[in-house]
Amino acid sequence: MGWILIVLMVVPLVATALSAVLSGLAANLVTIVAGVVSFALAISLIPTVGDHPVTAGFLRVDALSLVFLLATSFLYAVVAIYTTGYLKAEEREKTPRDYRRYQRQFLAGMNLFAWAMLAAPSVNGLALIWVGVEVTTVVSAVLVAIDDTEAASEAAWKYVMIASCGLGIALLGTIFMYYAGAQVLGNSYDLAFADLLHHASELPGTPVRLAFVLAVVGFGTKVGIVPMHTWLPDAHSEAPTPLSVLLSGSLLAVSLYAILRFYQVTVATVGATFPQRVLLCFGVLTLLLAALYLLEQRNVKRLLAYSSVEHMGIMVIGVSFGVTTAMFGVLLHVLVHAAAKGAAFMSAGSLVQGFGTKALSRVRGALSRMPWTASIFIIAVFALCGMPPFGVFRSEFIIVQGGFEARHTTTGAVLVVLVVLAFIGLAGATIRSAASGEPDVSRPQAGEQAAVHEAAAWMVVPMVIAILALLLLGLWLPGPLATLLHTGAGQLSGVSYVG
Amino acid sequence: MANAPSVFDGVTSTISLIVLLLEFVMLRAALLRAQVRLYAAQSGVVSLLAIVIAYEKSLPELYILAVISFALKALIVPWVITRMMTDSETEIAGSGALGVASEVILSIIIAVFGFFAVGALHIHSTVLPTSALSFAVAVVLVAFVLMIVRRDVVSQSIGFFSLDNGVSVASLVVAAGLPLVLEVAFLFDLLIAVVVFGILMRTHHRHVSSLSTADLTSLRG
Repeated sequence: MGWILIVLMVVPLVATALSAVLSGLAANLVTIVAGVVSFALAISLIPTVGDHPVTAGFLRVDALSLVFLLATSFLYAVVAIYTTGYLKAEEREKTPRDYRRYQRQFLAGMNLFAWAMLAAPSVNGLALIWVGVEVTTVVSAVLVAIDDTEAASEAAWKYVMIASCGLGIALLGTIFMYYAGAQVLGNSYDLAFADLLHHASELPGTPVRLAFVLAVVGFGTKVGIVPMHTWLPDAHSEAPTPLSVLLSGSLLAVSLYAILRFYQVTVATVGATFPQRVLLCFGVLTLLLAALYLLEQRNVKRLLAYSSVEHMGIMVIGVSFGVTTAMFGVLLHVLVHAAAKGAAFMSAGSLVQGFGTKALSRVRGALSRMPWTASIFIIAVFALCGMPPFGVFRSEFIIVQGGFEARHTTTGAVLVVLVVLAFIGLAGATIRSAASGEPDVSRPQAGEQAAVHEAAAWMVVPMVIAILALLLLGLWLPGPLATLLHTGAGQLSGVSYVG
Repeated sequence: MANAPSVFDGVTSTISLIVLLLEFVMLRAALLRAQVRLYAAQSGVVSLLAIVIAYEKSLPELYILAVISFALKALIVPWVITRMMTDSETEIAGSGALGVASEVILSIIIAVFGFFAVGALHIHSTVLPTSALSFAVAVVLVAFVLMIVRRDVVSQSIGFFSLDNGVSVASLVVAAGLPLVLEVAFLFDLLIAVVVFGILMRTHHRHVSSLSTADLTSLRG
């Protein structure tokens, strides 16, 4: 099975090279094929990895890694389709020569970004994960600035500055973890998981604690944990929509994956109490602030960015509960959040493109002008708020259940209250604008198009796919996937280290 | 004299201290070019530390690391940044949010805090005296101060790169045996980061026609 990993690593790179030289529809098709193939490869790994890890050289995929690979490759596939339509709409506003350059940069960058996000969870070892996450940062920073507006350049600068500092701290954490391991394993090991977890109980406690806190703060910068989240709404709202999808649905999760690896080692070394307390504090703070910001937001893409912060907070709290049930919910949440956020960002991006504005107050009468896009946007937002029958309801329910199971009754209650608060903010803003009936033509604004019409099929189809995936995960978990999530949850809660 | 520190301990502690002092001088330097030169000097000193350790502890791979990191951090990166400043031909002096005196006092307080906080952790290295680790952490903290109080893209980038130097010193103290492949991967990452910083600096300059970050206030809430 090792060859599948190698193919998975090669396909996006080939797509990067091809999309850098091809132009027009061919480049888009190459990207779509790469995305679909990556997703198919990830799915093909489910039955095997649910049972035992697959390795190839310095690549190692176990149940925990595969959950994140599934989320990333799924978004890679749907975003590749969406991008085709997105770029066609951009083409109308650029000269042919400019557009060709823009398309080449955009697609090559996107493929490379997808490759980095697939590589980070596939590598074996804490140091290599750091390298992977750093590569995702630098690639995505350039992509945030690709639209070349003043706001995009500001967002990209804040992003690269804050995220780089965070990764500097995470590197310090990685080095302390290496030091702890070197006390037991000698000086020339490479922080591979199996060795480290096997000897975790013998590691010295203080450096491991220090490494864990530094990793939470450092990688947490990229996860969007409050108070290191300040770059996130800017970057996610100013980036082109396909990139916003990948940033919110996948990149935040990949950074969370890095924290989870440190968490595994720390729990095995110093017990569960310390790391869970750290995560609980950060998680509650994150959820609280995100919920408050959601009540205030009037910009549709910033609204969704804060919703991502909120969901990351939910996941971090879920991990802090520590029981297998909660971990199962967190891993399921990674998948459903990717699908829901994908659908929400793609439909919001189409609305923004159609109406020529990011302000929610200007998006009026969307249901009559862009019926498909607006319906999907409303469905996606309600799904994100945790409405049944969608997957997010299921995963949040399981997380809360895990909290009560672990006797974290107060935290569980706080979690429910804050999620309701976020629901009010997110749903309220949406209902006031997208779902309001009458087109507002009394006050046309500069830059707005007079006739708004439905987005292209290239853009609607991937949104529908994402919603269907969300519905599927809400109603029925395929057997092998459930096994995989259970194995991953077992790894995280310390039931089995190597699974 | 059984417990007297060895010559090696003295030399390495002194070198780590020089790295920290250069960080302070960077904080004081008003001219951007001077800042870049100071960063190059600091990187050179870090490479020297690696060579001293390689010689004393017979870790030959550290020689390779020292050469690569010197070429990258002391020559290539400063050259790239200087080129970009020449292209942009704008102001040559950075601006700070605080006065120089307040900046230095603030940094001294923070550096002292970092120094003693690390001392309390009781992390003992087989390679270097623990004081070197304290210096390294102080460098990281002062680099943060530099990034926070300065308001131009060059100073902020230099702040980040010198933070990386601090992390390098820390890694020499507690993880000198870290496999070369990983160390080179870290350096390679830094190189990519420099390129990205460069691209963004250009973009920024084209839009704002200055290198100041004071106008980056349109995205809030």
